[in-house]
Amino acid sequence: MGTAYTPGLKISSGTIINKTRRLPLKGQVMVSVGDRVDSGTVVARTEIPGVMQTVRVAEILGLEPPDALAALNVKQGDKVEAGQVIAMTKSFFGLFKSECKSPFNGTVELITSATGHVGVRLKPLPVEVDAYIKGTISEVIPDEGVVVQTYGALVQGIFGVGGERTGKIVVPSHSISDALTEDMINESHAGQVLIGGAGVTIGALKKAASIGVNGIVVGAIVDTDLIDYLGHDIGVAITGQEDIATTLILTEGFGSIQMAERTYKLLKSLEGRTVSINGATQIRAGVIRPEVVAPLDEPSERRETESGSQTLEIGSTVRIIREPYFGALGTVTKLPPELVEVESGAVVRVLEAELGGGKIVSVPRANVEIIET
Amino acid sequence: MTQIKSILATDCGSTTTKAILIEKQGDEYRLVVRGEAPTTVEAPFDDVTVGVVNAVREVEELAGKRILDGSSHIITPTQDDGSGVDIYLSTSSAGGGLQMTVAGVVKAMSAESAERAALGAGAIIIDVIAVDDGRKDFEKVKRIRELRPDMILMSGGTDGGTVKHLVELSEMLVSADPRPRLGIGMNIPVIYAGNKDAREPVAEVLDKRVDLRVVDNLRPSLDRENLDPAREAIHELFLQHVMQQAPGYSKLSDWVSSGIMSTPNAVGKIIQTVAEQLDINVLAADIGGATTDVFSVFGGIYNRTVSANLGMSYSICNVLAEAKTTGIGRWVPFDFDEARLRNSLRNKMIRPTTIPQTLRDLRIEQAVSREALRLAFEHHKTLARSLKGVQSVRTMADSIDQQETGQTLVNMMSLDMIIGSGGVLSHAPRRVEAAYMMLDAYQPEGVTMLAVDSIFMMPQLGVLSVVHPEAAAQVFERDCLIKLGHVIAPIGRIKHGESACSVTIGDKTHEVAFGSLKLVPIPAGESVDAVIKPARKLDVGEGRGKEKNCKIEGGVVGLIIDCRGRPMALPEDPSARIAKLIEWHKALGMEAE
Repeated sequence: MGTAYTPGLKISSGTIINKTRRLPLKGQVMVSVGDRVDSGTVVARTEIPGVMQTVRVAEILGLEPPDALAALNVKQGDKVEAGQVIAMTKSFFGLFKSECKSPFNGTVELITSATGHVGVRLKPLPVEVDAYIKGTISEVIPDEGVVVQTYGALVQGIFGVGGERTGKIVVPSHSISDALTEDMINESHAGQVLIGGAGVTIGALKKAASIGVNGIVVGAIVDTDLIDYLGHDIGVAITGQEDIATTLILTEGFGSIQMAERTYKLLKSLEGRTVSINGATQIRAGVIRPEVVAPLDEPSERRETESGSQTLEIGSTVRIIREPYFGALGTVTKLPPELVEVESGAVVRVLEAELGGGKIVSVPRANVEIIET
Repeated sequence: MTQIKSILATDCGSTTTKAILIEKQGDEYRLVVRGEAPTTVEAPFDDVTVGVVNAVREVEELAGKRILDGSSHIITPTQDDGSGVDIYLSTSSAGGGLQMTVAGVVKAMSAESAERAALGAGAIIIDVIAVDDGRKDFEKVKRIRELRPDMILMSGGTDGGTVKHLVELSEMLVSADPRPRLGIGMNIPVIYAGNKDAREPVAEVLDKRVDLRVVDNLRPSLDRENLDPAREAIHELFLQHVMQQAPGYSKLSDWVSSGIMSTPNAVGKIIQTVAEQLDINVLAADIGGATTDVFSVFGGIYNRTVSANLGMSYSICNVLAEAKTTGIGRWVPFDFDEARLRNSLRNKMIRPTTIPQTLRDLRIEQAVSREALRLAFEHHKTLARSLKGVQSVRTMADSIDQQETGQTLVNMMSLDMIIGSGGVLSHAPRRVEAAYMMLDAYQPEGVTMLAVDSIFMMPQLGVLSVVHPEAAAQVFERDCLIKLGHVIAPIGRIKHGESACSVTIGDKTHEVAFGSLKLVPIPAGESVDAVIKPARKLDVGEGRGKEKNCKIEGGVVGLIIDCRGRPMALPEDPSARIAKLIEWHKALGMEAE
């Protein structure tokens, strides 16, 4: 490839983070540029129109549509209440009345001449968007939302499930190779975000959910344990809407893979801090990765913003992300320009990397990701 | 058009951006070089043109020709110093695809016609709403609300038929108040392609609440489908509303010499051209990272389906969810650990651009591809059907053969050619692997040619066929379509090991036992007369046990005589299955692991 690049995930101890918070429909923005907000501050609000319910007036009164419309005593825009007579006919010299009552509270939105139906729109449902992270409003998108900016630590995961939550970081595991197990979790962890090493057991996940732990961040999970936790299989990697008590973020992948040392150290250094987490993942155009955001608003804590290179070069630290060396970390020692045939028979561009024990391996360039240092 | 001597065409896929350079050499157009780079719709680039420039830069390096100027813009037309190209074209599927909801009155008729129209226009159908779909009205309203399609296609009623049901469908849409996926505050586009008598009352209900477009009825009478006006409207709205949302798309629009075409439409164009020019029935598949598109032309009728969540990277776990490890595992020629397989497919899903380094890994990926191709083909067969609801005049003999209306148009025995495209097929390290994957996934019957898109360039040639048909046809024939060779496959089943078929070519006869495969090398471009004699209970197209005389064409793989039976069955016992798979790999000259 002319310009091979393999972007890694952002792991930063201090960086500027911008989060766009948007309403699903146009509405009202509740804050202004420069306002300080907390993660739970409501920044925008709107109302989603209620469902329109159909009252089949013509059928109820046994009339043809034009006659049904003539019998209506409401018009478009009128408010109606449940039980209110909205159409009435009199027959046999006015002795017998037929009535059609609205079964719903709402507003008449539609009167259809072709069918003799009346559409009553139920009352709207309020929708609020919060700031998600503690920070400052840097931009207002009129009628739609805001951009919240903060300075802080950011850890992007590779995959996650569950929505936005906040909580204090607790690190019950002792090392990056530890799996988070049931016995490491107790009642005091309710509402917090737990950091594990290599993985998490299904027992631990279920216990965390029952206690009310807000989030778990670990290196990996065994695929079948994830299915067990969610109660269903995942077909495509578009997540975030799962109805689960504890958001789960994986930093490395599936199976048993220890968390990258740098990620673990960073998360451990944030122990006791309140972080915002989101498991939402979308691995398609407009990629969304799960994340842990720890606002660091004290100037004394401000650290250097790390700008990582996205270019593969000799000396780059890489993680191998495919068999036979899946999960191994290495340093690039050679970038041969010519195409090389690998064991599968594919002819590709490769790189050579030195792994931890000094072993030199050759892998396709497509099978590594750069670790920003 | 005669003055065009160099053409650059790109395809921005969901994972990879491909660029090809075509030049006129003497009297004919030929592919010169190809480049590729990752598609850059994601952070940190958020601009599809970055991937285009990267792919073109590779073309520049390989061709030794300057195409980009100092500001990384494509130079058109060709300059006096030889830099640049005469025209630049592009296709794209990088915007995430067109997602549609279709609605019709009768599920098996108008809703199905609407589904066909939408699929043919390149859409992914996220739901089909019909008056008779078995759901209660409130459930349909809830569903319409939850989905955020890019647009809705509404149909129903023959011209002069029902009006009431269409107005009720419209009321349901108003009730749900659906919002489009993209563009906050925008009304959702709704294409009305139903009974012309219902246009006014439907417009009365939908007016100002949606962005309504009215086109000709797609089912004007029970026995006639008119899908083109709806398809055109979908395509136009797609270009306006969806593709332009891909980061950098508008910039790319300014670069191209002709409008950007959606990738599946472009592939469909070239498949239709092949079927028409060669007057054959064709089945083609484009297996990508996110979706698998299947195209067929049977008896001149073109159909296209998208299996939105069957692919080899982003959607690989949907193949796992649908086929299960047992479905995938049955094609793997060695013992494997189920948990490990599941984890490795999940890791491919979250890191979609990786490639198999080991042979075992490759065999697993090729096993997945068989299931993705098979499942997408099953989906295609359900949609590529004759019209339902049409009463046909039958003779007494017909009534014994109880064929319903709405039969699939896909007839494997009458199929002349299968074309495979997409990374796993086009870039299979050995061409025989592509043939083998298609053989297992489609199980062709009788005599069928297998071919692959050499380097996955059908989309670019599809868009080129609109602008310069001559160049597209020449490059397709000479550089794109790689004929792998004919396959002879009798249908039916007999005892394993019994003689199933003999194929006589010249003075040599090839006997093949039931349950076996045989590869007979016949070079590409060579055509031979063959006499095929199936066993008494087997059929190669002329009837059970009847001899067939035909021309057999060679290819880069050769003639494959596939006597594994149709439908094909693998041994249940794992070790017997693995032994059989290893035997077939060997028969085709491949290592199992």
